[in-house]
This record gives sequence, structure tokens and C-alpha cells, in this order.
Amino acid sequence: MPNPDIQIRQLEEKAKQIRRLIVQMLAKAGSGHPGGSLSAADLITALYFSVMRIKPLEPHWPERDRFHLSKGHCCPLWYAVLAEAGYFPIEKLWTLRQLGSILQGHPDRRTPGVEVASGSLGQGLSIAVGMCLVGKVDKKEYRVYCLMGDGETQEGNIWEAAMAASHFKCDNLCAILDYNGFQIDGKVKDIMNIEPVIDKWRAFGWNTIEIEGHNMGQILSAYDQAKEVKGKPSIIIAHTIKGKGVSFMENVVDFHGRAPTKEEAEKALQELQ
Amino acid sequence: MELLYQRDIYGKTLVELGKQNSEIIVLDADLSGSTRTNLFAREFPERFFNIGVAEQNMMALAAGIASCGKTVFVSTFAIFASGRAWDQVRNTVAYNNFNIKIVASHAGLTVGQDGSSHQALEDIALMRVIPNMNIVVPCDGPQTADVIKAVTLAKGPFYVRLGRPKFVTIGNKGEFKLGKAQVLTEGNDVSIAVCGFMVNEALIAAKNLLQKGVKARVINVHTIKPLDREVILDAAKTTKGIVVCEEHSVIGGLASAIDEVVAENFPVRVTRLGVKNRYGQSGEPAELLKEYNLTSTDIEKAALAVIS
Repeated sequence: MPNPDIQIRQLEEKAKQIRRLIVQMLAKAGSGHPGGSLSAADLITALYFSVMRIKPLEPHWPERDRFHLSKGHCCPLWYAVLAEAGYFPIEKLWTLRQLGSILQGHPDRRTPGVEVASGSLGQGLSIAVGMCLVGKVDKKEYRVYCLMGDGETQEGNIWEAAMAASHFKCDNLCAILDYNGFQIDGKVKDIMNIEPVIDKWRAFGWNTIEIEGHNMGQILSAYDQAKEVKGKPSIIIAHTIKGKGVSFMENVVDFHGRAPTKEEAEKALQELQ
Repeated sequence: MELLYQRDIYGKTLVELGKQNSEIIVLDADLSGSTRTNLFAREFPERFFNIGVAEQNMMALAAGIASCGKTVFVSTFAIFASGRAWDQVRNTVAYNNFNIKIVASHAGLTVGQDGSSHQALEDIALMRVIPNMNIVVPCDGPQTADVIKAVTLAKGPFYVRLGRPKFVTIGNKGEFKLGKAQVLTEGNDVSIAVCGFMVNEALIAAKNLLQKGVKARVINVHTIKPLDREVILDAAKTTKGIVVCEEHSVIGGLASAIDEVVAENFPVRVTRLGVKNRYGQSGEPAELLKEYNLTSTDIEKAALAVIS
């Protein structure tokens, strides 16, 4: 067993590296979504570098744990994690959003490690439930992780899937809500309030785990806790900061869907040293 | 004259396939009694999932299943499969090119008394515009079995359109091959291109035309996408014109598909018999076909107009 403190420190360092890649990638691409990529960076770094059983050089390994990014616009985060984990060379990150690139503006299956395309919000949880049902039919041990945005849960399709996950007792499912409080038009609570979040998911039959989404210790124990729960799906409601790690992006709605300029990127990278 | 429900044949064929292939999973959205996927559910409860009244969830969920290497049959009424869940079908089923077979029943006017909200008249148009999507409309019970078997073996997403009423079994169709239209009667005066329920109407029209000395070539265009260009262009070149009849809007369906091929390659007169920018309504199927000019008599009239 690795020393937990060392493991946490290593993951925090990895998350910082992921954030640097996100900033560099977006600055090079000139468009994309930094805010929600940065807010979920710790949650997804923990998954790929500690929690999930994966073989990056064998992306179709049948026993692999599955991850699906339901909030597809935050693919810079996913791409950085996949490259860093070894699914494809880091240099490919600099082709983000270019014609012919394996890294599309929203994820699709031309990227090694991407199971199902996303981008149209609200569908990811259904996709994850489908993967869970196959796990049950085939009696596989794999687990399925699905990252959703908070604004995204305004989609009705999410609640159809929430109902199904509970009905089919998908205890192999762990959803993660990146609750950064902002969506493209402003604050979630002003645009279309999703509260009371915990009550809603509990009412739909889910096990809920509320954490501070930038605390690596809490993140790891939340994933562990979710694994222990039987007979129902779990959701980690992670309170996060949009644009986390870059002072001038934090809680600034403008950076939901705007890439940093060259100067902003340089400043951001200094902060992420 | 044999009369069969396409849906019964679909359900029975699924059971047959389910016995041979353990990788088949079936989903329905609370209409399994009507679509007959309940036959599969009874036989293989562990591989059937009723998703409830949630078509969007069903389509995206099917993609999750297919991403794990399964072949998924997804059924509900055509109106909901095509319209209610279109974004899920476009972005998640078809974009990923998954082995998902949407078998949609209760298409067209012959749904009957349930009326407009349940009569899919735009589904072929909605599916035709999606890249990767294939569209098949079997003309009777036995052909439904052929289609279901063929789409199971074929890669990628399919939209299979079935009707609600009993269909007359069409004799002497020859071998069924996806993408290969069937010439049911030989003739060089006029062509009649049809699919689904309209095939039988076209054959009645052809018989009546023959009595008037007119030889009509009836073509069963069961695969609308990809369209059999060869058979359509041959009809354009060797007959005086094409009458298309379908239980669908004249916009975007079989007639449009044929128009596109003919207009670009060998322009001839194409007469479109279909629903002309209208909604459906309640009524007996036969009454509705008459009201919307989709009977053998209408086909006959249109054919005579082409050759006159």
C-alpha cells in the first residue's frame, strides 16, 4: 500500500500538470471551455491515476472500468488526462479543434479512450446506465463513472436516467456532479435553480456523497465509499470552483466558453507552477 | 390471402435470433405489448429492459449498451422513436455508428383511430437526413423476418419501419437483399415505386392497369437508405415516368429520395402520392387512405396521367 499522504501529494501534482495542459491546449486552439475543465480536474485526475482499473495501451480491454464525460464541452480536461495516462502522445493535444484532429471540439470515438461521443448535454447518464446494465448481464466486475455538469442537470433526460439507474439497482455506477455553480449564461441558481440537489438525488433512490471537490483526500474516500454501497447507484456531489487554479478565471463566467489569450495563458501557467 | 401483423413476426424473429445470439439486447419504452418485444422479454428476461415512458433515455442508454459490443434492438412507436428522441438518435446512436436497430412500429396513417399525435408521417425524412443511418420498410410479414435477420448481421444503425394493421403477404418477391429493390411486376409503360403497406395497393393498381392495356412496373423499394439507384434509374430510363406512393409526407420520404436520384441523373416525371403537408387524423385505416389519396385507385389514376 502506498503511503496515503504521498499518494495524495502525487495526485495533486498530477492535477496541476493536467491544469497546465488544459490552459496550453486551449490557448493554442483559440477556443474551448476552460472553466468547467479546471473545476473538474481534481475529480478526473483521481479517477484515471488512482481509482479506475484501466490499461491505456489496451483501451478496449473488456474488464476496464468505464468513464463517460457527459458534459462534453469540458473535453480539454479529458484529453489532457488521457494523454497524460498514455492513451495517445501528448503532442496530439496541440491539435485540439483542428481540421482532421483526433481531438474534436466535443469528444468522439476517434480519440483513444473515448467510449461514446458527447456534446449534446443530458445524455451521458443514460449512456453510463447502458454500460452498467451490460456489466450486470455479462457479470463483469467493472465500474462506470460519469461526470455531469450542474447546469446540465436541467436536462430532463438526466432525470429519466437517474430514475432508470435506481430502478435497475446500478450499484456499479458512480456519477459525479461538478457543482461549480455556473453555466454559460450566469449563476445556476439564477438561470434555473437545481437546488435542493441532495434531496433530488436521494428522492430518486441514489446514495449521495457530498464533498469539497478540490480536496484530494475527500475525493478518494468518496470513490471508495461509492464502491461499498450495494443495491443503488451513487453520486458524488462535488462542490467546486469554476476555473479553479487560475486566479483570474475562478468564478468568472466569461471563462465558461472562452479560451485564454496568449498573455492570459502565460500568466495562468505561472500560477500553476 | 395471408394477412399478418409485421409486429408479431418481429417479436417471433427476435426470439429466434435471441436463441442463436446471446449478444442481442432488447429495449422498449412501455409499448412491448404493441411492438411485440414482449415475446423476447418472456424468453430472455435478463436481456430485455423496459425503460418506461422515456424514449430519450432509451436511445442514449442503447448507445451505452452498444459501446460494450452488443447488438441492441430498440422499439417503440415510430412517432416517438423518430421525433421524441431525434437528438439522441443523431448524436449518440448514429454518430457513434453503433449496432443499434431501431424497430419502430405503428408508422403512417394506418395507425387509424389514435389519430394525428400517433401517426408518424415524417419519420423517414427525419432518419434519412442522419449520416450512417440506414432505413428499411418491409412490405409484409415474411419480409419483416428477412429484414430483422439482415439488420442483425449488418453493421451500424438501422431504422426499420413497421405498421400497425395486418399486412397482405406479397407473393413472388424473390430473394430479399438489403439495398436491393424488388421488381414485382414487369412493364415498360410506367413505374410505380412503393414501400410498406402501399406495395399491395400498387399491385392491385397494376392489375387494373393491365386490364386497360397498361403495363406497370411495380418496385418494392424496401430499403430507402441506401437507395437502389440502379433500379430507380432503370425505371427512369425505360418507362415513361415514376409514380411514388408512400404512407408518409411527400416531403423528405421515399418520393424525395427518388426525386433526388432522378433529378440529378435522368430527369423524368415523378408523381408523388403521399401526405401533402398535412397532419393525420382519426379514422379507420381504409377511410384514411382514401381521404389522403393513397389507394390503388389513386395510384392507377396517377399512372394513367403519366402515360397520357
